[in-house]
Amino acid sequence: MFRTNVLVCAGTGCSASNSDEIFKNLNEELKKLGLEEEVKVIKTGCFGLCQKGPIVAVHPDNVYYAHVKPEDAERIVAEHLYKGRVVTDLQLSDEDLKTHEKIVDIEKIKFYEKQQRIALRNCGKINPEDIEEYIAVDGYQAIGKVLTEMTPEQVIDEVKKSGLRGRGGAGFPTGLKWQFEKASPGTEKYVICNADEGDPGAFMDRSVLEGDPHAIIEGMEIMAYAVGAKKGYIYIRAEYPIAVHRLRIAIDQAKAFGLLGDNILGTGFNFDLELRLGAGAFVCGEETALIASIEGKRGMPTPKPPFPAVSGVWGKPTSINNVETLANVAQIIWKGADWFTSIGTEKSKGTKVFALGGKIKNTGLVEVPMGTTLREVIYEIGGGCPNNKAFKAVQTGGPSGGCLTEKMLDTPIDFDNLVAAGSMMGSGGMIVLDEDNCMVDVARFYMEFIVDESCGKCSPCRIGTKRLLEMLTKITKGEGTLEMLDEMEKLCHEIKDTALCGLGQTAPNPVLSTLANFRDEYIAHVVDKKCPAHVCKDLLTYSIDPNACKKCSMCARGCPVNAITGVPGKEPYVIDTDKCIKCGNCMTACRFGAVVRK
Amino acid sequence: MKSLEDLKKMREAALNKVQMREGGKDYRVVVGMATCGIAAGARPVLNRLVEETAANDYNCVVTQTGCIGMCIYEPIVEVFGKEGEHTTYIHVDPDKAARILEEHIKNGHVIEEYTVDAAVNGGK
Repeated sequence: MFRTNVLVCAGTGCSASNSDEIFKNLNEELKKLGLEEEVKVIKTGCFGLCQKGPIVAVHPDNVYYAHVKPEDAERIVAEHLYKGRVVTDLQLSDEDLKTHEKIVDIEKIKFYEKQQRIALRNCGKINPEDIEEYIAVDGYQAIGKVLTEMTPEQVIDEVKKSGLRGRGGAGFPTGLKWQFEKASPGTEKYVICNADEGDPGAFMDRSVLEGDPHAIIEGMEIMAYAVGAKKGYIYIRAEYPIAVHRLRIAIDQAKAFGLLGDNILGTGFNFDLELRLGAGAFVCGEETALIASIEGKRGMPTPKPPFPAVSGVWGKPTSINNVETLANVAQIIWKGADWFTSIGTEKSKGTKVFALGGKIKNTGLVEVPMGTTLREVIYEIGGGCPNNKAFKAVQTGGPSGGCLTEKMLDTPIDFDNLVAAGSMMGSGGMIVLDEDNCMVDVARFYMEFIVDESCGKCSPCRIGTKRLLEMLTKITKGEGTLEMLDEMEKLCHEIKDTALCGLGQTAPNPVLSTLANFRDEYIAHVVDKKCPAHVCKDLLTYSIDPNACKKCSMCARGCPVNAITGVPGKEPYVIDTDKCIKCGNCMTACRFGAVVRK
Repeated sequence: MKSLEDLKKMREAALNKVQMREGGKDYRVVVGMATCGIAAGARPVLNRLVEETAANDYNCVVTQTGCIGMCIYEPIVEVFGKEGEHTTYIHVDPDKAARILEEHIKNGHVIEEYTVDAAVNGGK
């Protein structure tokens, strides 16, 4: 019997900051003091507050430690776990509230206050490598209910009634998808979990798999029962080693407990689950390309119809759902569709997880009810832009989405509102941009990503995106023309209309949305040959204000190409613009603000 | 696992693994675990409190704290109620600890004779 549980975040973010070593050190220190029988240290999933990681939580004391280092383990054990004195200097404090009071109730801090966790409900609460902990928090109860009390039709009806829509991006109604597969003829049917999370900046699927893998297994079992499938695949990218490792453990444990495999819970229902590792191609998140990859073929999309619900993996009816969608399924069955529809907006029910990144104080994972405004997510939960910089835009939906400006911040987030505002939900990446970000450069970044990731099967995507990238690159170099902007816009629409799959059809969105909302920045690049955010190097010039120069020679010493000349103490320094590589070293080196960037 | 019944039994059995992370209990039982407390025997008191609470599913969390400055009265166990009312028990041993849970947490009666009031003021 343990008196205290210590939860160490073992998500990818905190693992990268040595949480493994913290776990090891805590155990060693406990052993030294003979506390290993009293205090249990558990590795758990992501708390969402990645900015403050690694996070260590102590229960039942409800004490949270932030930015813990491996060497802090000794103090936490000796002071808190042995003597009961909370190590206050390591404690998580709510900076937005400008207090350094002890955080007694983590739910009350601003970061969590507006959140409602359904998909992430067990992340940071249970040990993902222990099936018993999942069972203790009502795990596998929903599949039990489905197998003993419900017909497949009732399951589909319940999911339809809940209004659950696909969290992978397009927002297709999940129950309807299942109904299509159920209605397809044949006895050999499949279900797939799409864990090929590819949007730059999105990591909610990874966190769910790392923090609560059994929820995905249970969700897939419910889906399989509903559509009549006996076999499922989880298609996950090999770049998620922790998630793959925990899924493997979860599958083995579920099989050992009779909760996966033949005759589940003695009901005669059989379901087998296999992992398929992807090599990390962005296009494999597209369902037909994903199916090709599972079959061992090159990951390339095929035209729809036929839709996977009719002819999917191995040519058989198949339903594909994203990780976050599946994480909601067991909860909907267990708590009922009415509970789920009580959360969210009219057309988008439930919650959505967002990965907050970019120029934001609280980088991390947040789950909010649909209908929460962008402003609430970015300012109240995210804490706004750091260093008092001005907010410029928020990029949602990754390479398929767009940039939303200050004007749109009061938009309640749901599938339809984001599309109407010129972006999309996508998988939920939210990258905040401030005054130091150049929107042309942002568009160029996404286009570069798309050019790398286009599979090359259809020419609009293969050639069209390459041409877009060339034009964007020219603009950032000051070689653009006004006609080029119109040409880009036209090409964007042509690609949208003619590309084979979702990747190509949405690829021009970042260009279109920045052209629509930040045309003045494009014009500044094209006409004035200036980058207002001082990002595009080719459009910058560095010079030294002779009146401000104190002739100290610091700038010249920092210059890697000897482009700065002057005489220490006598003559002000001058930058030779022909030699200057615009690295910015001189600007950092100068303590008098004499270096000017234009 | 052969049936839904087995799953439910397993859930009951596994519950104590995660319960202490949930919160939402009416009472907080706090044991002074500074050097003075430990030297006076607070550790067996704490362990007994944890065991009894789990075994009887008492409506409280058991946690620890540092020195409250009355080292002479250690081991000290404080009980905090929902409304912030607060009782300090002194010179607690494992058996007294079990009785505090039984009388105070379960039945809602303060055991006056164990309190600091009784020692300092000779009771009320």
